Amino acid sequence: MDDKIKMKVQELLQSGKIKGFLGLRERHGQVGPYLFTDGDDLEGLVVGDRFKPGDSRYPLNKQLMKITRGDPSGCYGVLVRGCDERGLKTLFGSGQIKSEQVVPVGIACPQDLADACECLKPYPDERVAGEAAEPRSFATVAKVEAMELDERFRLWLAEFSKCIKCYGCRNICPMCYCSECTLENKDFGDIGSLPAENPVFHLTRAIHMAGRCIDCGLCNEVCPADIPLRTLYKKIADIVEEEFHCRPGYGSPETPPGLNIRGEELKH
Amino acid sequence: MEYRTVLTTCTYCGCGCGLYLEVMDGRLVGTIPCKTNPVNEGKLCVKGWNVHEFVQSPKRLTRPLLRKNRELTPVSWDEALDFTAARLREIKEAHGSDSIAFLASAKVTNEENYLIQKFARAAVGTNNVDHCARL
Ligand code: SF4
Ligand code: SF4
Ligand code: SF4
Repeated sequence: MDDKIKMKVQELLQSGKIKGFLGLRERHGQVGPYLFTDGDDLEGLVVGDRFKPGDSRYPLNKQLMKITRGDPSGCYGVLVRGCDERGLKTLFGSGQIKSEQVVPVGIACPQDLADACECLKPYPDERVAGEAAEPRSFATVAKVEAMELDERFRLWLAEFSKCIKCYGCRNICPMCYCSECTLENKDFGDIGSLPAENPVFHLTRAIHMAGRCIDCGLCNEVCPADIPLRTLYKKIADIVEEEFHCRPGYGSPETPPGLNIRGEELKH
Repeated sequence: MEYRTVLTTCTYCGCGCGLYLEVMDGRLVGTIPCKTNPVNEGKLCVKGWNVHEFVQSPKRLTRPLLRKNRELTPVSWDEALDFTAARLREIKEAHGSDSIAFLASAKVTNEENYLIQKFARAAVGTNNVDHCARL
């Protein structure tokens, strides 16, 4: 898988089509995001499957937003899995990244990762490496939904009570880009104090992810308290689909997310 | 435009979480927790997440300050050290070694922490050594 990607990136860099390729590199024994600008660095390029598939994924689109803003006329390649492609489509649609500045280089995820992610589309439309795995439905959501309402509520309150308010779920999220975050608005919550207001802090974030969350699972992985945030946001995405007939990132790249949420129109 | 990620260790506490600093045209623009680091496995606390901010903060102290006529005034290192040494000696002579305490820091190296406890015990003669986490 790595070799096919390296060849593709080498070709893109040599042709001058891209100024750099944002991918992952293993250096000093660790894997992290890296902007390859010179074919000689490509030796260390990896796709983020270190000890097990997808264990060293990063929110590359978040870094890409900074890079394309820092160089508004440059075109960059970026490593994408299915979820990253969904992210790109949504970010193009909301004007956060210009599609003409990006050349995605796609990889499909192996079946065990698709299973662990409960991924509806574990591959990007266009891919350079990997075989498309079978999609999986949201078993974790179904499990919670099988519980009684008050039992469910108790479960979430107990989960949220573990929060150390690190803001990691927001910071890592490739779809969180607002310049003013509601979670830091003092009219809304007590920002400098612990514990996080339960469940206001978490439900605020959950509601703000409606129409944005592309189900990459990075928030769940970053949470030091192991709160199953992804399950919550999967449910939010289900509700958005039921109500608005769209799921962020699953449409064609040309169509914006299709959501144009204005408070007054949301009368249900 | 130049964009780099630099692998480093969080300086806030003794855990030593691994993180990448994002550097754009020579300025720090973000922190990314390192997922493969066995210490933090891709997680950080709220302080670690904001490491990139304090490095370039205009509020950061860059010179020694001495309170003169109630005002914190920038002075040279020599003046600051001479003043501190003279006052520590006066206090020790007037009230004894145990009237002085030393607070070590998670933000400095192991060797620097060793030096401060050595200074406390050997030079000043007190076991009053504590840690910044209990300040
Ligand atoms: S969410 Fe889907 S595309 Fe993304 S890493 Fe998981 S399986 Fe792969
Ligand atoms: S799964 Fe989490 S990190 Fe990924 S887009 Fe959704 S909220 Fe953001
Ligand atoms: S990542 Fe987890 S602990 Fe940190 S703020 Fe989010 S929910 Fe709370």
